[in-house]
Amino acid sequence: MSKQFQFKLVLLGESAVGKSSLVLRFVKDQFDDYRESTIGGPSFVSLVSYLGADSREAAFLTQTVTLEDQTTVKFEIWDTAGQERYKSLAPMYYRNANCAVVVYDITQSTSLEKAKSWIRELQRQADPNIVIALCGNKLDLASRRQVSQEEAKKYADEEGLMWGETSAKSGEGVADIFTSIAKKLPLTAPPSARGGARPGAPGARTGVDLNRQAAAGQGQGDQCNC
Amino acid sequence: MDEEYDVIVLGTGLTECILSGLLSVEGKKVLHMDRNDYYGGDSASLNLTQLYRQFRGTAPPQELGRDRDYAVDLIPKFIIASGELTRILVHTDVTRYLEFKQIAGSYVYRDRKISKVPSTEMEAVKSPLMGLFEKRRAKKFFEFLQNWKDGDPATHQGVDLDNDTMASVYEKFGLELGTQDFIGHAMALYLNDDYKQRPARPTYERIVLYTSSMARYGKSPYIYPLYGLGELPQAFARLSAIYGGTYMLDKPIDEIVTDADGKFVGVRSGNETVKAKQVVGDPSYFGAGKPLQDGKVRVIEERKVVRAICILKHPIPETEDADSAQIIIPQNQVGRRNDIYIACVSSTHNVCAKDVYVAIVSTIVETDRPEQEVQPGIDLLGPTYEKFITVSTIYTPTSTGESDHIFITRSYDATSHFETVVEDVQDVWKRIFDGKELVLKKRDVQVEA
Repeated sequence: MSKQFQFKLVLLGESAVGKSSLVLRFVKDQFDDYRESTIGGPSFVSLVSYLGADSREAAFLTQTVTLEDQTTVKFEIWDTAGQERYKSLAPMYYRNANCAVVVYDITQSTSLEKAKSWIRELQRQADPNIVIALCGNKLDLASRRQVSQEEAKKYADEEGLMWGETSAKSGEGVADIFTSIAKKLPLTAPPSARGGARPGAPGARTGVDLNRQAAAGQGQGDQCNC
Repeated sequence: MDEEYDVIVLGTGLTECILSGLLSVEGKKVLHMDRNDYYGGDSASLNLTQLYRQFRGTAPPQELGRDRDYAVDLIPKFIIASGELTRILVHTDVTRYLEFKQIAGSYVYRDRKISKVPSTEMEAVKSPLMGLFEKRRAKKFFEFLQNWKDGDPATHQGVDLDNDTMASVYEKFGLELGTQDFIGHAMALYLNDDYKQRPARPTYERIVLYTSSMARYGKSPYIYPLYGLGELPQAFARLSAIYGGTYMLDKPIDEIVTDADGKFVGVRSGNETVKAKQVVGDPSYFGAGKPLQDGKVRVIEERKVVRAICILKHPIPETEDADSAQIIIPQNQVGRRNDIYIACVSSTHNVCAKDVYVAIVSTIVETDRPEQEVQPGIDLLGPTYEKFITVSTIYTPTSTGESDHIFITRSYDATSHFETVVEDVQDVWKRIFDGKELVLKKRDVQVEA
């Protein structure tokens, strides 16, 4: 019987490095040029306002990776919803995260500095066992590269992080980075012992389910929380 | 900050975050700011370091364990399972960011003892709260409530819920004062006895809410979010952000800018002024009882609440080692005008280290020695490892905001649940939208082409 796991994955990184685009490529194999054109605009545009209605989903997507041994790893992906913009990301965001993809833009050296500060934040706030991947995005713009592979790789090695470069636009490297994370996550843990699966995830929930109860209607002592 | 917004929200307490979330879902362009570098304002939950820094000015003792294991609420409240906050959580789908657990027991103090609150006629029959004859009377009273149908006069037994006072209904069933105490205070959750002289309908509805909430999960009518109440504002803030709301923490608010007519124009922080059509905020951003720059007093003190945050190394005695509990001490039982509430949670709710319990005793201040007023509650806890006393003022806005577009929320009151918070949300919403009621829409049907 194949094993199934579910993990919470959070995205971090400076605005406009392509966090949402990366996820959309990974989950839907799509890329939106319009989105690209709005990036780096002069005023604050939240992820949502340029993603439009679709982003409501983008802020909470899931994608499943199947490994060679038929183990399936379901990522529940949390986007920042723009709350990183003014250092206003809530602790809830990191809470029980099993893995984090910290994104920088290879054409902006300042974005790597920002990524480093997010990594320090994760090391301070998040679960000590969190798997962190540093991801250099916009590989399609390699001609304008400001961050060398050597520099980023060296930093990642020093901090014990996974590292890779991607292009959300072409798709290059995107599946690789998520698959590597799936392989590295501690898959041996029994489902009940795993932290981080979101409320409602099979096997993880120990509390009460408000949705289920609401659907069941009043006055019925519904005992099933699974 | 040179953009113009529809609404600026000041303070990230639960009331403001629910409003911010609902306003963003409604399509309003929201800027949400807080002077603190954390979410939650008065409804935040603190870790050990923050807790000791705030109350003792020292580092926490080592033996309490890891800082990150703690999330201690400053305002003790539980969520009523069938209440309005639950409805908002479900309708906005904010439940996906949170996990809830039951509160293990609901207790009431009578004649120097605590007992489980009966919620059905069956439980009433077994309850040690009442003597044999009183049990029969109580059983008849609960059957009457359970069978009541508005359209069927045969079920009314001659009672008119809209005109008869609750006192007269108690009298009809011959219930003792002590029984009235637990029904009115531990089930209908009234803080004092004023309700008895009013029509019986609201009391009937509150008892039904209690019993239907009790029936949902079985142990108590209350649920509680893992990692503390501070998770609630964060979850609604995320809802707001997903719908385009902009968040700025750690932003000092220096001035509420108004025009010559006193109408809201914007908010100044340092040298920057952000403009918006309307502002919503908690009373601390509007003078907290003192006049603002324009000389206007926008909020006034209503009353004070005293809260004792107690750290215990054991469950509360006489609760069958419950991992969590609510205990209500009805006013009459201890010669007061307002009830004393105890709310207890523990590591089961991921708010403290293992074998530690956090109990908060609270009441409305009636004398100039508030610490003594919570003592009857503290006496029920057994030895306390640590006790932090806070007295906070409850502010209420002086105007509705319709003329000046300044909509101020109320402070968190002394009730043991969030129903009044939701009433405040609905009230502010109505004021913002010229009398239009808040109608909850299901989040996933919001997606447009």
